Amino acid sequence: MTHISMTVDGVRYDDDVEPRTLLVHHLRDRLGKVGTVVGCDTSNCGSCTVLMAGNSVKSCTVLAVQADGSDVTTVEGLAGRDGSLHPVQRSFHETHALQCGYCTPGMIMAAVDLLAENPDPSDDEIREGLEGNLCRCTGYQNIVKAVREAGAAMRTSGQQVPPAKPAERPETAAQEVTT
Amino acid sequence: MIPAAFEYSRPTGIDDAVRALSEGGEDAKAMAGGQSLIPMLRLRLAVPSVVVDLAGITDLGGIRDDGDALVIGAMTTHDEVLNDELIKTHVPLIAQATATVADRQVRHRGTFGGSLAHADPAGDLPSVAAALDASFEIAGPAGRRTVPASEFFVDYLTSAVQPDEILVSIRVPKLGGWGSHYEKFSRVAQAWAMVGVAAAVRRDNGTIADARVALTNMGATPVRARAVEEALIGGPASADAVAAAAERAAEGAEPSSDVSASADYRSHLATVLTRRAVSAAGRL
Ligand SMILES: Cc1cc2nc3c(=O)[nH]c(=O)nc-3n(C[C@H](O)[C@H](O)[C@H](O)COP(=O)(O)OP(=O)(O)OC[C@H]3O[C@@H](n4cnc5c(N)ncnc54)[C@H](O)[C@@H]3O)c2cc1C
Ligand code: FES
Ligand code: FES
Repeated sequence: MTHISMTVDGVRYDDDVEPRTLLVHHLRDRLGKVGTVVGCDTSNCGSCTVLMAGNSVKSCTVLAVQADGSDVTTVEGLAGRDGSLHPVQRSFHETHALQCGYCTPGMIMAAVDLLAENPDPSDDEIREGLEGNLCRCTGYQNIVKAVREAGAAMRTSGQQVPPAKPAERPETAAQEVTT
Repeated sequence: MIPAAFEYSRPTGIDDAVRALSEGGEDAKAMAGGQSLIPMLRLRLAVPSVVVDLAGITDLGGIRDDGDALVIGAMTTHDEVLNDELIKTHVPLIAQATATVADRQVRHRGTFGGSLAHADPAGDLPSVAAALDASFEIAGPAGRRTVPASEFFVDYLTSAVQPDEILVSIRVPKLGGWGSHYEKFSRVAQAWAMVGVAAAVRRDNGTIADARVALTNMGATPVRARAVEEALIGGPASADAVAAAAERAAEGAEPSSDVSASADYRSHLATVLTRRAVSAAGRL
């Protein structure tokens, strides 16, 4: 067992894990963050995408021990404390950018990562930026539209693209949880 | 699937990591970004008893200007390579090829050194390193050694880095006065190259003064297209001369046949892509 400590969606967790534990399994099975899903288990589909230190990663291709000391954001950490949706979530909802919804958590996290680097991407840049995420329902048209509109909404509102760091989010004073 | 159990350590120094690998013996494995290793662990194609994570070793990171060359730390991620001004200025070929590697998520974790140590002939960076005549600094129990690109790629998924050694950095000569281009052919987005061509060309007005061409996925290791280079060097910088030289792209290569392409088709692609890559590199 290896002792790890990470902050997930603003809450600090301390755990002993087997080194072979994949981050996605740690998030789902130990921390109950079941919003992050496993689609392929071959590193191709991107449905398990989370942010680690602000960068998108495929959590099925990261060991939990590699995330020791990191700040992780899952799709469950995007909305405000009052339940208000993150602009990318709202845009996926409004433009109907999902069919079965299985790829959605990963698509949203990949889109948040893309918009943080490129707040005004062209349609081609969106498609290229989301190349690590597959939609088995093939609803790409509306996904691209959702990302474009989320970008526009965030540029007008001046909203921070990445979710505020826990330390900067006063209402979620980082609490310590040992599971 | 879930990987088989292993012991894990995250040393902070190169010597400690070498020691951990030596003590672990044949079954110990270094881990960089894990973007090739973790998929293999999951499929249990790799079942190491000890995994030595190199992520805690700051000496393996960073890109530095060393006069006529850049020295790139093995643990530099693909994403860091893409955002580095030194690379953009002095070896844009690396940035161009890296942009075609995998997807944003994988590029955030995968490393330059890991791609080279992994020595996958379908990887985009081994052929780039071969075309650039890069050299590799390796640390082992007996100290440091430097290996040229011509000896680094030994066989399929086999580099000169031994199980108890660590790739420390890669030295890449600057391409001042050269044009360069990476041409990759793949079937879908986020796909490995069916074939790729890395080309660098130095022109002296209407003549090609020097040329280097290396092929991705045309054999068990990256292949230098020496016949093409010989045909180009000293010849006219013209579309006809490039097309004629490109006909020789697959000479000496032994491409495999697999689900995505036959060997014959790969040889055909090598010619077409070499023509495109050399033309773009020579601004023709
Ligand atoms: C979905 C997907 C798509 C991909 N597409 C492409 C692509 O199109 N083109 C491409 O080129 N690559 C592609 N890759 C591979 C990617 O580039 C990996 O980052 C790379 O192959 C390995 O880098 P890594 O740092 O993750 O190494 P790891 O996976 O950590 O290690 C790979 C191997 O190298 C050894 N190793 C790594 N670093 C060192 C070191 N410093 N010293 C000694 N040994 C070391 C390890 O022991 C292991 O055997 C893809 C990967 C995935 C998951
Ligand atoms: S489950 Fe991670 S990429 Fe598909
Ligand atoms: S909505 Fe079904 S997989 Fe994308």
